[in-house]
Amino acid sequence: MYVIVVGGGKVGLNLGRELIRNDQEVTLVEQDRRTYLRIEQELEHAVQYGDGTELWVLERAGIQRADLVVAVTGDDEDNILICQVAKEKYLCERIIARCNNPRNLQHFKLLGIGPAVSATDLILNLIEHEVPGHGLVHLLDLPDEKLEIIEVEVDAGAPAAGMQVSEIRLPEGSLIISVLPRGKAGFVPTSDTVIQAGDEVLIVLDPGLEQAITSQFAPNGAHG
Amino acid sequence: MMVLVVGAGRVGSAVAKSALAAGHTVSVLDEDPLSHERLDAGQTTSWEDAGGRFTVGTAIEIDALMAAGIEEADVFICSTDGDNTNLTVAQIAQKRFGIQRVIVRVLDPARSEWYAEQGLNTICPTKIAIEMFKNAVLEPVER
Repeated sequence: MYVIVVGGGKVGLNLGRELIRNDQEVTLVEQDRRTYLRIEQELEHAVQYGDGTELWVLERAGIQRADLVVAVTGDDEDNILICQVAKEKYLCERIIARCNNPRNLQHFKLLGIGPAVSATDLILNLIEHEVPGHGLVHLLDLPDEKLEIIEVEVDAGAPAAGMQVSEIRLPEGSLIISVLPRGKAGFVPTSDTVIQAGDEVLIVLDPGLEQAITSQFAPNGAHG
Repeated sequence: MMVLVVGAGRVGSAVAKSALAAGHTVSVLDEDPLSHERLDAGQTTSWEDAGGRFTVGTAIEIDALMAAGIEEADVFICSTDGDNTNLTVAQIAQKRFGIQRVIVRVLDPARSEWYAEQGLNTICPTKIAIEMFKNAVLEPVER
C-alpha cells in the first residue's frame, strides 16, 4: 500500500514510522524547513519538503498512485483542503483527516471529508465511558459502513429492566451484542438472557435508530 | 444588497469601502481588532458612522459568521491572507448558507483554477501579476 502522510508533527512522524515498520510505502510531507531537516535524518527519502496543500507538491509525492492520503497537520483548513483535493481531483479512494478543533468537525462533514479523527472527541468518549451514570456512549461510528456501536446503561425504571433479550422491543437493524453486568465480565447474551437494571449493554445499530433504542433503557421509556 | 467581507486586509477593506460608498449594506469580519483602522483610513467619518458593520472573530467559526450576519448576506467575499481559510470558508458560505455569489481570493494559481472548475468564483492576484510582468518584460524596448 502506498500512503501519503501530510504533516510531520508528533502524529504524522509516529504514523509514518509505524507504517514503514509495517512494510508500507510512505511519503511524509512537511512544510517547515527545520522540522523537515530533523525528521529527514531518520526517515530519509520517505520525507519530502513542501506545502502539502499545493497541487504540485502532492503530485511530486505521487498522489496519482496513492492508495491512502492522511492529512494530520495542526491546521483544520489545511487538512480539509488536502483531503478534498486528494478525493475529488486525484480520485484517491481512501482519505483520513485529523480534526484539531472538535468544533470544526461539522465543516469536515459538510464537505464530505471523512473519516475525520478528533483526538479531543476520542478522549471525551473515553471519559464518558469511565464516568458512571452517563446514559449513552458511542464506542464506534462508521458512517460510510452505516454502522454504530453504542453502550447504554439499563436504568431501574426502564422497560428493558428485568426482561429477556428476546422480549425487548428493539427496532429492526439493531442487536444486543454484549452484556456487561456491574463488576463482572461481559458476555454475549442469548435470547433468554435476562437484562438487569444497572447492567450495561453494547448494541450494534444502523445510524438513526439511537432514540428508539435508548428509550428502552431509560426510565419509563423516556427519550434519553 | 448585503455584502459580507471576511478579512479586512488591503483588498478586503478597499472592497468593503467601495461597496459601502455604492450604497450597499456592508459587514466586515476579521480576527484582528486593529484591522478596523484600515476601514477608517482616509475617510472623513468612522466606519460605523458611515453605516458599516465590523465584527471581530475567526472566519471558520460558525458563531463569528452568524454574528457578522452571514444569514442575511447576498454576497460573500473571502479575502483573508490564507488560501486554505478562504477556500474552506467560501465553501461553508456556499453549501451551508446557500449564498449564491461567493467570491474568494486564492493566491495559488493552480488551486484557483481547479476550484473555479468546481464552481467557486475565484480571483487569483498572482495570475494577474504574472500576466502583467510577462507583458512588461516582453514589451519591445525602444533604443
